[in-house]
Amino acid sequence: MKLNLKVWRQRSNNDKGAFATYQVEANEHMSFLEMLDVLNEQLIAKKETPVAFEHDCREGICGACSMVINGRPHGPQQGTTTCQLHMRAFEDGDTIFIEPFRARAFPVVKDLVVDRSGFDRIIQSGGFVSVNTGQAQDGNAIPIEKDLAGEAFDAATCIGCGACVAACPNGAAMLFTSAKVTHLGLLPQGKVEHSKRVLSMVKAMDEEGFGMCSNVGACSVECPKEISLENIARMNRDYIGASLASDKTV
Amino acid sequence: MSWFGSFLKSSIGQKIIMSLTGLFLIQFLAVHLIGNLQLLANDGGQQFNLYAKFMTTNPVIKTVSYLLYASILLHAVQGLWLWSRNKAAKGGKYAVMAKESSTYASRNMGWLGIIILVFIILHLWQFWFQMKMGWLEMKTYDGVEVKNLYAPVAYAFKQWWYVLIYVLAMGVIGLHLHHGFQSAFQTLGLNHKKYTPLIKFLGTAYAILVPLGFALIPIIFFLFR
Repeated sequence: MKLNLKVWRQRSNNDKGAFATYQVEANEHMSFLEMLDVLNEQLIAKKETPVAFEHDCREGICGACSMVINGRPHGPQQGTTTCQLHMRAFEDGDTIFIEPFRARAFPVVKDLVVDRSGFDRIIQSGGFVSVNTGQAQDGNAIPIEKDLAGEAFDAATCIGCGACVAACPNGAAMLFTSAKVTHLGLLPQGKVEHSKRVLSMVKAMDEEGFGMCSNVGACSVECPKEISLENIARMNRDYIGASLASDKTV
Repeated sequence: MSWFGSFLKSSIGQKIIMSLTGLFLIQFLAVHLIGNLQLLANDGGQQFNLYAKFMTTNPVIKTVSYLLYASILLHAVQGLWLWSRNKAAKGGKYAVMAKESSTYASRNMGWLGIIILVFIILHLWQFWFQMKMGWLEMKTYDGVEVKNLYAPVAYAFKQWWYVLIYVLAMGVIGLHLHHGFQSAFQTLGLNHKKYTPLIKFLGTAYAILVPLGFALIPIIFFLFR
């Protein structure tokens, strides 16, 4: 299959950037990233600079392959990352726009690569459980209700890819932050520090310059792990609760 | 900063201001509609004028009306402020717009809000200001002297262009409500499979029925009075 690619090229954060047009011959069994590998081999053969894009596991668990394909983070398929998107989702002769994730808190490093370290700083502010390490606990020492474990696990499937921020017209990081708050806060080990965690993580999120949630819901639709908006509501009410009713301050 | 200050300044606190003022304005629309429906009593405006006098003189309602003015102002100013901050936080647009992952109304609350604000200013100038400034002629029903607010309303509803503006504005309010109603609950943290389907259903019904009720009155006046 022949494809016309419009790829965002930007040398550095200071560069303005623009779309460049390329033709690529791909086959439908290739993943989207393999198609970009083919493009880069063509560019290298012509002694041009290859397109910079992030990738790592190529099996949908690392969250590295950040790019917006025809206006949708990770492309048109529901519940998958770019590496899990195959060229059979496109037609021969299609024009595909490939852009970096756009948000002020995710500055472009080069081409399709953006700096998502803002997420790391949100995690550092409270996305952990303070426990003494040592021998692994017995699996059944702390009883956890099945439904609750399921809910916490659903939130824990967040891979921190940033598609929620990319999809949000406000560049908000509420889905990511709320998934982390939920997955720790619902479990007995994480409950202890829950109030402080909510306050700290929301504060860190605001300081990073992410936008404010207006409940558009595109984040959840585009999320490769289909994290639910219920998590945002939970974070909202827990934030209200922690602000009004707990002694913790951040 | 005090805990309350940092709560209000946080992104969630800022949205709660929008949510609470929005919910107050939502219930006001129903009260306003009850008043407007009295225009349909075919009595030359007696019932409507008496109701207007009650609404502008009753001390409880007067107090609530100040809360209403404050809510409209706060919702508008805060909305514009958040809109510009969110635009800055986005930092740029995509070349291709993905329309399938969100609703039209949710993406355009800022624009819809601006149109509604312009309509409210026009609306206040036309009716509210006239009532307050006392430029209206007086009418007497059973010895009670009241301002004849019915006259400018009936006149305006006979102008085709005004009816058109009014009906279009109601459409915009419907869209704004369709997103705003359920969004207000989500912001307050009220999203659960037990009741969210009901909130969404009520929101959709409210967003259709209330603006439709408002829009029907000028249409009835224009066509049949």
